[in-house]
Amino acid sequence: MAKETGIVSWKDLALGCSIVKPGSSAELKTGDWRSQRPVTDYEKCVQCGQCYIFCPDMVFTQNELGFYQPNMFYCKGCGICARECPADAISMVEESE
Amino acid sequence: MAKRVGIEVSLAISEAVKLANVDVIAAYPITPQTHIVEHLSELVADGHLDAEFIPVESEHSAMSTCCGSSASGARTYTATCSQGQALMLEICYIAPALRLPIVMTVANRSLSGPISIWNDHSDMMMSRDTGWIQTVAENGQEAFDLTLHAFRVAEDPRVLLPTIVNVDGFTLTHVIEPIEILDQKEVDRYLPPYQPQMRLDPTNPVSIGPVGMPEVYTEAKKAQDEAIKGAKQVILEAWQEFGDMFGRYYKPVETYRTDGAETLLVTMGSLSETAMIAVDQMRTDGKNVGLVRLRLFRPFPFEEFLAAVRGVKQIAVMDRALGLNGAGGPLATEVKAALYDEPERPYIWNYVAGLAGRDVTIENFVEMADGVEAAAADGVRQGYTIINVRE
Ligand code: SF4
Ligand code: SF4
Repeated sequence: MAKETGIVSWKDLALGCSIVKPGSSAELKTGDWRSQRPVTDYEKCVQCGQCYIFCPDMVFTQNELGFYQPNMFYCKGCGICARECPADAISMVEESE
Repeated sequence: MAKRVGIEVSLAISEAVKLANVDVIAAYPITPQTHIVEHLSELVADGHLDAEFIPVESEHSAMSTCCGSSASGARTYTATCSQGQALMLEICYIAPALRLPIVMTVANRSLSGPISIWNDHSDMMMSRDTGWIQTVAENGQEAFDLTLHAFRVAEDPRVLLPTIVNVDGFTLTHVIEPIEILDQKEVDRYLPPYQPQMRLDPTNPVSIGPVGMPEVYTEAKKAQDEAIKGAKQVILEAWQEFGDMFGRYYKPVETYRTDGAETLLVTMGSLSETAMIAVDQMRTDGKNVGLVRLRLFRPFPFEEFLAAVRGVKQIAVMDRALGLNGAGGPLATEVKAALYDEPERPYIWNYVAGLAGRDVTIENFVEMADGVEAAAADGVRQGYTIINVRE
């Protein structure tokens, strides 16, 4: 079983189910929870950063042109960014499409 | 050298905590536990004990503070009972899950309502499956000895679980008894300094108490289950070593005049001493009655209990709490469960007695022994009787 996800035998859990490696949550892939993905139309985007602020997983980073791009390893597909975007630049697309 | 002194049992418990050289005490006063923490606060204030005494605003805060303090690597103590323990119960589940070796005295008291401050085992039963190790004292000397034993067991790297010492409120806590108080050198020999296996430390950060997702929770509980079952061996070793050092030997299940007994009484706590007198009297009258007392309540000492009762015809289990579920008292339910897999099962009748300080007399124990024999002869099943109830 994968130790980095914490999914281990009961014998291998740290004492009291503690987390002994700081920052290990960064290794937890939450991207596979997703059924829809956010797709940004950079023609419409006004670079306000609301998607970056509201994303509960801090998924967005700004690129050198000033646009916000999501890290799909973590994006859970919750749709908050699409809902909050004031320019309607983000649409949620089915993962199967 | 140990000194035998006449001392109130509560104060003797405080002296044991002082001799254990605790680092932190976080407690909220509640009758009949009050004298224990009052005396500890005096010992700290007068400079006899170098510890933090944290006078918290509730029992919920007391146990929360104890968790924080124990997680930082400090030897930690508290005491409570009844409503106070009910208030701290949320955190009582967390301490063993986080494997924090806190030691707590519970000055056993009934639960309201009706409002009652008097002694029974309702609080012990309320917390029976929280994951704490639990021992039960019969007299003042045991309350003192078991307190030191509790630190020794809780902090053992093979255990690391919080431990309760149950002491009957008033009937033990408020009486003055001759108690042998060990000296510091003797206690230091028995109880080494606490060596935390994991602790909150800025130079080596860990997260204690994170969320356990469905993928992890079952494994976490399995690990905890193994820990409390595995604790028994260490509990036995620590009693053996205590006996070797100081001459007082303790067992998880104590028997009294059980040789050749056909009928057994099963008890826990201070009333066991009354039961012994009753057994002496019945033996003199030619009745084959013996007594089995549980000193270890959690983990339940199945093996030792079964060995102690094997071969008898009938058992009268005395409960000092009423499980409001139609099945009588919780101890009897456990005793029956323990016996279910035995090829030869004795007949069992349950007596609920001594609720909220109601006296249980020698005559009552005779009544229980006679009663279980009569019920066995009649073949009535699944029964319990509340002793001394006015019709
Ligand atoms: S869908 Fe949710 S998780 Fe994904 S980027 Fe948008 S706000 Fe973040
Ligand atoms: S919220 Fe919409 S407009 Fe604002 S940066 Fe994000 S995508 Fe662009």
